[in-house]
Amino acid sequence: MVVCENNFQKLTKYNRMLSKLARGVAIASVVTLLAGCNLVVMDPSGDIASQQADLIVVSTILMLLIIVPVMALVVFFAWKYRQSNKDAEYDPEWHHSTKLEIVIWSAPLAIIIALGAITWVSTHTLDPYRPLDRIDAERPLAKDHEPMVVEVVSLDWKWLFFYPEQGIATVNELAVPIDTPIRFKITSSGVMNTFYVPAMAGMIYSMAGMETQLNAVMNEEGVYDGFSANYSGEGFSHMRFKLHTLSDEGFADWAAKVKSEGSDLSRSAYMELEKPSIDEPVRYYGDVDSDLYAAILNMCVDQSKMCMNEMMAIDENGGGGLAGIYNVMSLTYDTPRERGSQFLPSSKSYVATLCTAPTGGLSQQISSIPLFENGMADDRFSPVPESASIGF
Amino acid sequence: MFSNPDLLHFIFGRLSFDSLPFHEPILVVTFAAVVLGGIVVLGALTYFKLWGYLWREWITSIDHKKIGIMYIILALIMLLRGFADALMMRAQQAVSFGDAQGFLPPHHYDQIFTAHGVIMIFFVAMPLVTGLMNFVVPLQIGARDVSFPFLNNFSFWMTACGAALVMVSLFIGEFAKTGWLAFPPLSDIVFSPDVGVDYYIWSLQIAGVGTLLSGVNLIVTIVKMRAPGMSMMKMPVFTWTALCTNVLIVASFPVLTAVLVLLGLDRYVGTNFFTNDLGGNPMMYVNLIWIWGHPEVYILILPAFGVFSEVVSTFCRKRLFGYSSMVYATIVITILSYLVWLHHFFTMGSGASVNAFFGITTMIISIPTGAKIFNWLFTMYKGRIKFDVPMLWTLGFMITFVIGGMTGVMLAVPPADFVLHNSLFLIAHFHNVIIGGVVFGMFAGITYWFPKAFGFKLDAFWGKMSFFFWFVGFYFAFMPLYVLGLMGVTRRLSHFDDPSLQIWFVIAAFGAVLIACGIGSFILSIVTAVLKRDQLRDETGDPWGGRTLEWSTSSPPPQYNFAFTPVVHDLDAWADMKKRGFVRPTSGFMPIHMPKNTGAGFILAAISLILGFGLVWHIWWLVAVSFIALLGTAIAHTFNYNRDYHIPVEEVVATEDERTALLASQKA
Repeated sequence: MVVCENNFQKLTKYNRMLSKLARGVAIASVVTLLAGCNLVVMDPSGDIASQQADLIVVSTILMLLIIVPVMALVVFFAWKYRQSNKDAEYDPEWHHSTKLEIVIWSAPLAIIIALGAITWVSTHTLDPYRPLDRIDAERPLAKDHEPMVVEVVSLDWKWLFFYPEQGIATVNELAVPIDTPIRFKITSSGVMNTFYVPAMAGMIYSMAGMETQLNAVMNEEGVYDGFSANYSGEGFSHMRFKLHTLSDEGFADWAAKVKSEGSDLSRSAYMELEKPSIDEPVRYYGDVDSDLYAAILNMCVDQSKMCMNEMMAIDENGGGGLAGIYNVMSLTYDTPRERGSQFLPSSKSYVATLCTAPTGGLSQQISSIPLFENGMADDRFSPVPESASIGF
Repeated sequence: MFSNPDLLHFIFGRLSFDSLPFHEPILVVTFAAVVLGGIVVLGALTYFKLWGYLWREWITSIDHKKIGIMYIILALIMLLRGFADALMMRAQQAVSFGDAQGFLPPHHYDQIFTAHGVIMIFFVAMPLVTGLMNFVVPLQIGARDVSFPFLNNFSFWMTACGAALVMVSLFIGEFAKTGWLAFPPLSDIVFSPDVGVDYYIWSLQIAGVGTLLSGVNLIVTIVKMRAPGMSMMKMPVFTWTALCTNVLIVASFPVLTAVLVLLGLDRYVGTNFFTNDLGGNPMMYVNLIWIWGHPEVYILILPAFGVFSEVVSTFCRKRLFGYSSMVYATIVITILSYLVWLHHFFTMGSGASVNAFFGITTMIISIPTGAKIFNWLFTMYKGRIKFDVPMLWTLGFMITFVIGGMTGVMLAVPPADFVLHNSLFLIAHFHNVIIGGVVFGMFAGITYWFPKAFGFKLDAFWGKMSFFFWFVGFYFAFMPLYVLGLMGVTRRLSHFDDPSLQIWFVIAAFGAVLIACGIGSFILSIVTAVLKRDQLRDETGDPWGGRTLEWSTSSPPPQYNFAFTPVVHDLDAWADMKKRGFVRPTSGFMPIHMPKNTGAGFILAAISLILGFGLVWHIWWLVAVSFIALLGTAIAHTFNYNRDYHIPVEEVVATEDERTALLASQKA
């Protein structure tokens, strides 16, 4: 990093000293300036990101094949056919040449065919959902290998990582063993973010009520930056974490440390953690509710809410009919957690008002729906007790 | 009265003293400056008794030339606002490292980057493009006005009032803190309960009406009002690009309107189109807004391509190379622009085949675009190039745009996009094509057609200064962002931890200062031109040796553009007429049928502005009153049968004789 600044001082000094030669020297300085900086996207430490960097290089070279001659010709023609150059040929009526037309349409076409083929193949091989088939260029993986699973949740404005196999969870710190394929399952508690560790692999959106996936592997030990790359509100700039890549033993030690030092992560602890906060310190959780990630994904950490998968099961079975409208109330998840503001709408919104059930009738109405007979697998949903109803 | 909160709430909605940003010193100073400046301007208008002139000659004018000029003035004013936002962002990012938090808290910074994007696209680039098309297209096709002159006036004022609503948000309440496309769930009422997103929705809805109607108007104009003999394949390239752009506008802006209506319903009446809850799906919003958003990019760039085509053949003094391949390339781009929207969110979890399909369609667009670049290149071949200011912008464009095109194709490779999406590399890319393409094109166009509009050229010295400041400033401002993108730095950050990044942001801020000098030089080129207008006067009507019909009439053209409708025999009609020894007719004039000015467009738009303000602040009585007034005015206007008149033949003869004398005195 210091190299960066030194090079820049060098750059400005050269410019001051030599006005004529400055341009050449400046170009050289920019090159060294670049070389001294940490272009993590071009020099990553994970196999997926390395392949993505290679693609950037290949596509750039392919396009430079046509860009460089065009730029050179623009300068050359502008100079050669300048008004004052009376020696140059002037033909005001020359406006068509079939041969040239063929060249100017087919040259870009040829490059795009090459690049299109590369794109089709690489998009499939580097699909973030696709299980890895290699640890790096030399080490292939067996087809039936089981990747390590890490569940990622973006919160306002911090990251929560679950390690289901280790039974631990962390906030704003991620650790993985090197040369181990990892499957990240990604969701969000509210707004959209992207989960991005430039040194490891490309980014992917985290969205509430949905799960995206990223398969990746790290090949070098070290500490890397991770962050959200999709603007998500006030604390976005500080929504960063460190990725520690460790040896297998190092990772086991780290997991044991989290297990012993960490506190509990129950549903209620999560509801507390989920509240918007900025620049959250690293936290460890040694005892984690094993259903919590699934509950977050299905937006039913608050147990009075119906889970998305339950709703989908009901819908798949034809829905609850007219009576099912009472279910709607137990589906709103975001609304009670609105971000504080002076303009909060105090009264019920239209749909909520429509769905407010008359007191007394609710449990009878719901129990008349043949939910559980129709394949409701999960018994977490139960009719809301009358006293707890109408929570708006 | 003040003790009754219900009454206050009824009268003012959610507007209160707390909504005024007294606590933001930057805004207080800006507000004071705006008020002072406003008083000076209003005072001057009153002192010089210009109100009547302004109302009669400009505000109510249905003359396409004046409306075009007003669009461009609006764009230049909004450019100053949008650029002030850019300078503040660059300054914040250049200083906010480690313990230093900079001078903009997230609350303010997030509004600034949102406003910058919205203003630059909707209220700078769009009015520049629409203004130029409005001014040039009827002249280029030999028409006396557009098809629907009143609609044209109404469209302009709707755009202007949309811009005004954005400006109001600066001092009353706040603007959106969501990014320029306001993705839900962040823009839903749950996560953005403030008025900012409502300002966003209503200003775009109001301006959107104007854009859509002006699109309809120009399509009909081009299809129906071309001079006899001007078949489609004899239309000037700028008119072709204008046609394609307006087809894109008419096909895509309704999507924007619809998606903002849905977002508005989510916010105002509690529907769940894009919420996380109740089966809503934010991904649907992202799809819909980009189905508008990607064609929008081509709406902006196609007219710029048209300008370059006109400029390059005029200043190389040569026919455009490959006219028909230019036209087909434009049409292909128009169609393909609808097949690529998904490349804006490869990272949202689509399958590999979907991503690959949209990646490849995106790359295919570079083929017709590449063909266009080659066509301009071979127009220069065997030419006699004059390096006037419009040609400099064109050369700057050709060098700069190919870099942006290259990085654009890189971003179209989905696996590469996974690491570059939302990064500063992306920011550098789209500024590279929008500044290097649209802005350079619009400055070329303004410089090129300015003498036609006002009768004198812009000052060449300051014009060149403006070009070089912009050109060099662009590279200083955005090349560092490419590098930062490759260093894994993402967009919309107001604070950084890593001090090694700072030097790049400082270089970028320096570039922004150079661009500021470019904008200043451009304003100076107008000011000096006004002062030296007698030396820069164009009396021929054809100061550059132009090739298309607008150069056959006087500068500025008379209200009726052409005393006789020209007859077209070949491409580049005016060059063809000059070659065949065209003699300008000096007798046989007839009275000319013209549309009459009307204030209805301005009044309707002003009421829309009030309606929008009422909707933003939930002042329901104001909404009801202004909505009824809007309907009433619109209906009343349909009863106005006094819409046209004839310019008497004596006036035509007098105008044309004056020009005959002027042309004769030049020959002598």
